[in-house]
Amino acid sequence: MPVNLTINGKAVQARAGQSVLEAARASGVHIPTLCHHADLSPVGACRLCVVEVEKMRGLVAACTLPVSEGMVVQTHTPKVIDERKFILEMLLTDHPNDCMTCQADGGCELQDAVYEYQVKWSEHKGKRHSYPIDGDPNPFIFTNFNKCILCTRCVRACAEIQGRNVWGVANRGFNDKIVAGADVTMLEAGCESCGACAAYCPTGALLDKPSRGKGREYQMKKVTTTCTYCGVGCQFDLNVRNGQVIKVTSNRNAAVNGMALCVKGRYGHEFIHHKDRLTKPLIKKDGTFVEATWDEALNLIAEKLGGCKGDQFAFLASAKATNEENYIFQKFTRTVMRTNSVDHCARL
Amino acid sequence: MTNNIADIDNCKTMLIIGSNTTEQHPVIGTRIRRAVRNGAKLIVADPRAIDVANMATLYIRQRPGTDIALLNGLAQIILQEGLEDKEFIAQRTEGFDAWLKVVETYTPARVSEITGIAVDDLFTAARLYAGNKPSAIFYAMGITQHTTGHNNVLAIANLALLTGNLGKPGAGVNPLRGQNNVQGSCDVGALPNYFTGYQRVIDDAAREKFQKAWGVELSPKVGLTVGEMIKGANAGQVRAMWIVGENVAMSDPDSHHVVAAMNKLDFLVVQELFMTETAELADVVLPAASFAEKDGTFTNTERRIQRVRKAIEPIGDCRVDWEIVCDVARRMVSSSKFQVSGSEPETMEPETWNYDSAEEIMNEIASLTPQYGGVTYARIDAKGLQWPIPNKEHPGTPILHTQQFTRGKGMFSAVEHQEPAESPDAAFPFTLTTGRILQHYHTGAMTRRVAGLEQLAPEERVELNPDDAAQMNVGDGEWLRVSSRRGEVQARAWVTDRVGRGVVFMTFHYAEALTNALTNTAVDPIAKIPELKVCAVKVEKLERETQESMFVMVGGK
Ligand code: SF4
Ligand code: SF4
Ligand code: SF4
Repeated sequence: MPVNLTINGKAVQARAGQSVLEAARASGVHIPTLCHHADLSPVGACRLCVVEVEKMRGLVAACTLPVSEGMVVQTHTPKVIDERKFILEMLLTDHPNDCMTCQADGGCELQDAVYEYQVKWSEHKGKRHSYPIDGDPNPFIFTNFNKCILCTRCVRACAEIQGRNVWGVANRGFNDKIVAGADVTMLEAGCESCGACAAYCPTGALLDKPSRGKGREYQMKKVTTTCTYCGVGCQFDLNVRNGQVIKVTSNRNAAVNGMALCVKGRYGHEFIHHKDRLTKPLIKKDGTFVEATWDEALNLIAEKLGGCKGDQFAFLASAKATNEENYIFQKFTRTVMRTNSVDHCARL
Repeated sequence: MTNNIADIDNCKTMLIIGSNTTEQHPVIGTRIRRAVRNGAKLIVADPRAIDVANMATLYIRQRPGTDIALLNGLAQIILQEGLEDKEFIAQRTEGFDAWLKVVETYTPARVSEITGIAVDDLFTAARLYAGNKPSAIFYAMGITQHTTGHNNVLAIANLALLTGNLGKPGAGVNPLRGQNNVQGSCDVGALPNYFTGYQRVIDDAAREKFQKAWGVELSPKVGLTVGEMIKGANAGQVRAMWIVGENVAMSDPDSHHVVAAMNKLDFLVVQELFMTETAELADVVLPAASFAEKDGTFTNTERRIQRVRKAIEPIGDCRVDWEIVCDVARRMVSSSKFQVSGSEPETMEPETWNYDSAEEIMNEIASLTPQYGGVTYARIDAKGLQWPIPNKEHPGTPILHTQQFTRGKGMFSAVEHQEPAESPDAAFPFTLTTGRILQHYHTGAMTRRVAGLEQLAPEERVELNPDDAAQMNVGDGEWLRVSSRRGEVQARAWVTDRVGRGVVFMTFHYAEALTNALTNTAVDPIAKIPELKVCAVKVEKLERETQESMFVMVGGK
């Protein structure tokens, strides 16, 4: 049953069970959020998505408010806008003024909201946290909880996407803090280094450690491809800058995995530019490898294989190579080498 | 997989047997965890209490190599309790009566004796799987890497047929394919007995079709499997090999024997990213482009064909694998000097090997492969497609066998328990089982060159049961010598109840602890898969200076 409601004077149809936030977004109305993510359960923690609803008292968080028949919603009244500015100002009183060097710049949802509402960072004498920066030994996750806005997206991502329960909120009033397990290291708390928490963190509080300082969101060319490791077939975006693969980011449209990746897919790409990569053909002469041109190497292969046709030849294809490549390997073996001895390590 | 990955959300019961899912297929693992959180039941049957066993409704530990007894035993209980799907058996299967005769002999007491699993647990597992449907089975190398691998798979299929858990959402039999493109490599004919799409090389009509398409006469003789290639090289029958991206000197059983075979070849070409243990043995090493440097497609374990896209230019002088082989092919067909004396003259034109792009190759695959018939790069651009995709209008096939099986009716196959090729004895009293860990991949050529992964998992660890460790007076992190009839390896102990008594586990990621020096080359007679999951070893404490293990504990265990 569709539900009819009015958003900013416009008639909108929504699905039963949708939230006001979802209905508004589906109809093209932008409501800012921080703690909300479409993949995660709604919690209504940041209250940036507040709206005015006729016959309801005060301002209500749109992300946890289900649509109902005849509802009349206003998303950008002066009262709503003032509330959002106030929320953002409060967040900034405990946030470093660090966008200049922050890795998240350009990909930070707090920055976007603060910009949209033109809230200023202000010097003040009050307390700001100074938690240790990069305080966790996990080789892949960089933590800076001075930038944490306690949205709990990391907590929910770890629990709901990865199925771990590494992160939690330690309740200590002003000192509420995101902690791993009983305030231990991430690995001790059962972390699998999948990076989901960093991928879902809206700020620079949780980041991919290996790619810090190597380029920001807007400097990256993103190329969607399929993981080279296991048979799940996760897709993600290779982030390229100056001809170098800098990092992997989740691509929410990925058919199999959505934003989820494992430690190998997300962080296992360093080998691409490793100094050990073979870059020249090598021919063994008197027991040692000597660099050769492609012509030398391929002529030698053509000559040697020309004398070894039929069942004296065997091709070991690769389960890591593409379909197109494996097709060529078997076609070559069967047509040029005249044997069906082509196989790959399917059994290992 | 008969069912798609997203379908895991529809399972009411999942049976994981012989798959360390959360470490080897991690994102499928997370999906399974999510299903459990949403109320699905999970049975894990594995010789090791792997990570996912921690959240199982029931964890059962079978002795390595006793899967058939276990699966037959579950079937026997299901029948005894009347939980079978009689309608499904009558309408969609055959061979039930003959199978019944064998299965009836697998009484709970006998199965418990063979597998080491308590009778009560057998009943709980059978009742969950058959009573709380739909139920799906997930398995991987823990089932296939046995001398009974082929029969293990049949025993799994029997259980699904018996309970009607096939061809519907939330059910299914789901082999999880190991490497990223194992499925695709098989689909496009990188196999000694099949052309693309599992068209048999011994089938005259199939050969005729490919002869016409390729313009040359084709051999009707089935070729050699990997294991047979290595044996052939040792025996001098195989004289030249070309190996792309496989490190057989480390990944294959009985490594010493593999190295000896490679050394006997007259000519070995290895095409690789790195100077691997196998590349070292080559006459010519060719630098290949990585996945980030090329276009193409991979086919995942749920048969989804997805795009691989070039993000950067090949490093240095590296070239894309298919281009290299096409280049050699052109050289060979254009020069009669390479003709073997006595063979008929080459009829191929060098131009046959001029492909402009990977896309052009895929179009040729689609034209010759019924399952890939509807594939174009445009169609798979966004979400891929799951084969079979017989034509350009077909939307792909997320769930197989909804109406009927490939062969018409599902066949019950009577299979019997059989001990592994090598069982522990007085000289080699432990069972070694092998596998992989989350942080590394295969022989480590790629992952061991990622600093963070190396930091998380820097060295081999032999999983050793606390009781065995106590008896040998071995502490966590102390050095062990593990030896078999074929070789020996030194590595530190990880004293953990992940493994049962008498069983040790090692990976094959680390060249400095070459686990495959120990393993057995005995293969399954049909699938030709080596028995990497069971061999007999001796485990001894080694007096060696023991520093603190560098291993960071992962997963809280
Ligand atoms: S990296 Fe993954 S497992 Fe570790 S804390 Fe983050 S979400 Fe959880
Ligand atoms: S670390 Fe990031 S995701 Fe987690 S609560 Fe803080 S801001 Fe939110
Ligand atoms: S990201 Fe991990 S789970 Fe996904 S395909 Fe790659 S290795 Fe497999």
